[in-house]
Amino acid sequence: MPPELSRSQTPAINAYTLLVSRRFWWLLVVLASLSIITLVDILVGPAFLNVWDVLKALVTPQSSSDPTVYVIVHSIRLPMTLMAMIVGASLGIAGVQMQTILGNPLASPYTLGFSAAAGFGAAATILLGLQLPIFPEFTVPIAAFVAAGFACAIVYGIAHIRGVTPEIMILAGIATLFLFQSLQSLLQYLASPEVLQEIVFWLFGSMLKATWFSVSVSGGILLISFLFLFKDAWKLTALRLGDERARSLGIDVHRLRLKIFLIVSLLTAGAVAFVGTIGFVGLVAPHIARMLVGEDQRILMPVSAFMGAIIMVGASIASKLVSPGAVVPIGIVTAIIGVPFLFALILSGKKKHW
Amino acid sequence: MLNITDVSVSYGSVNILKDINFSLPAGSVTALLGPNGTGKSSLLKAIAGLTPSTGSIGLEQHKNLSHAERASTIAYMPQDTGATSSLTVLEVILLGKLKSLGLRVPQELQNQAGKVLAEFGLLNLQDRTLDAISGGQRQLVFLAQSLFRNPKVLLLDEPTAALDLRHQLIVLDRVVKHCKENGTIAIAAMHDLSLAARCSDRMICLHSGSIIAEGKPADILTAESVEKLYGVEADIITGADGILHITPLRAIENNLPT
Repeated sequence: MPPELSRSQTPAINAYTLLVSRRFWWLLVVLASLSIITLVDILVGPAFLNVWDVLKALVTPQSSSDPTVYVIVHSIRLPMTLMAMIVGASLGIAGVQMQTILGNPLASPYTLGFSAAAGFGAAATILLGLQLPIFPEFTVPIAAFVAAGFACAIVYGIAHIRGVTPEIMILAGIATLFLFQSLQSLLQYLASPEVLQEIVFWLFGSMLKATWFSVSVSGGILLISFLFLFKDAWKLTALRLGDERARSLGIDVHRLRLKIFLIVSLLTAGAVAFVGTIGFVGLVAPHIARMLVGEDQRILMPVSAFMGAIIMVGASIASKLVSPGAVVPIGIVTAIIGVPFLFALILSGKKKHW
Repeated sequence: MLNITDVSVSYGSVNILKDINFSLPAGSVTALLGPNGTGKSSLLKAIAGLTPSTGSIGLEQHKNLSHAERASTIAYMPQDTGATSSLTVLEVILLGKLKSLGLRVPQELQNQAGKVLAEFGLLNLQDRTLDAISGGQRQLVFLAQSLFRNPKVLLLDEPTAALDLRHQLIVLDRVVKHCKENGTIAIAAMHDLSLAARCSDRMICLHSGSIIAEGKPADILTAESVEKLYGVEADIITGADGILHITPLRAIENNLPT
């Protein structure tokens, strides 16, 4: 090998290895933080259980634990914490992909009206008192899921007819958002005070609705969606070069955008159907992740998921501590917890992140 | 050999390009000339398969390239260098070989990327993000990416528009060298006639969506043809190096090309 060639190669090898190792290190830091915060969330709760009893109930079989503690930990706290992680991760991934396919830093899973539609679906079922003949407890989640799917179909249809550009999708999505928000307000106006309270509680978003069933459904959707999205990690990374450059690299940009849009709507619907609408996480987790690890979707996607989970689990801890003995709906505290974190990063970072 | 046969492009009822025909041999560098809005960018995009067109675009034994074949053999560099992405320069280069990127980036690809970066003098910028470098530097990066793809056909839309004088020469010389060494066919839409004369061995003049002249620079670049094509009076001299030097003198009033 000629000496000048080897001189020119070495820096690039080191540079790329360094870049990837630095990002991988951040991935580990974020994962470690998530593990710690998750443990704290399980330890904290309105029942004021002893820390050692909780830890014992977590790691030992039912027979050797205090039965009350065991039931609280396994039937209430674990599903709540896991659901917070799953919802946070889902919104983190949905947010990062929404920002990628729409090429817009202000995009979030809610930009295109899915959550407003889910809220409308839930509110309509609560107001009308509808119940499925079998599994009546799933009526509201299913209605929320179906309504979110309907909103997705509207935006998809318009984009399909008029062109799959970010502008058309954002315009159609924001119109859908306003439509379902208005319908939601109309239902709230028509509802009696008791029903209104129930609707508002659903809209706040709360982990108290979590069960092992909801954990497995939302978790399953998250896992499958992640695998499908990860398959297109490089294409999504290349999309950040702009449509024309991505197309010249052989990417069918319109098809990719529609496919990712469908997966994101499924992911968002899966996250909000059981626990209600939770804002902010899907907008901010991707920005924090991007500041830490850049645009390479192989790392950005998992880090955004972990960041979303950290914000949600952090909010879950705060929601239990705000008012001792009670659990404030998590949707109320996500922004209160996340905003200072984001501001700190914006103020401390010298790098641009979009 | 790149064969363009009866290629037409229309947006709605407006015909942008009408029955374009030409053939270019391997290793040739062609300058695509013509005033603004005559269809230069549309022609490049049509060849790259980025805009719907009729007619056929054939390469070597292939009579009409499919979209997948175009993506793997043709590299197109758009005019626009505005990019808001925070991808690093090195990552942008690597993305040029999208199909070879998997869970890991092969070492061989990293080596090749390093070589291209060094050739373009971009090694010191490799960790910088696209939004933290200048428009000219971005143009260099995208050109480096296009060459990194090692395409059979290289389509450049005003490749030197954002570059300083020194880099204009460096970049065009690099493109010419690459084409001669690898048999790559390059077509560059250009406005600077002296630069075009310096780097190209063929010229195609587009006017109102049709080819009005095609041939060697010495045959194409005459005072009459420049006046006809651009509505500009120009002084054309042949330098000691045999290269044509074109100095635009003035725009001819009421004699704008129709």
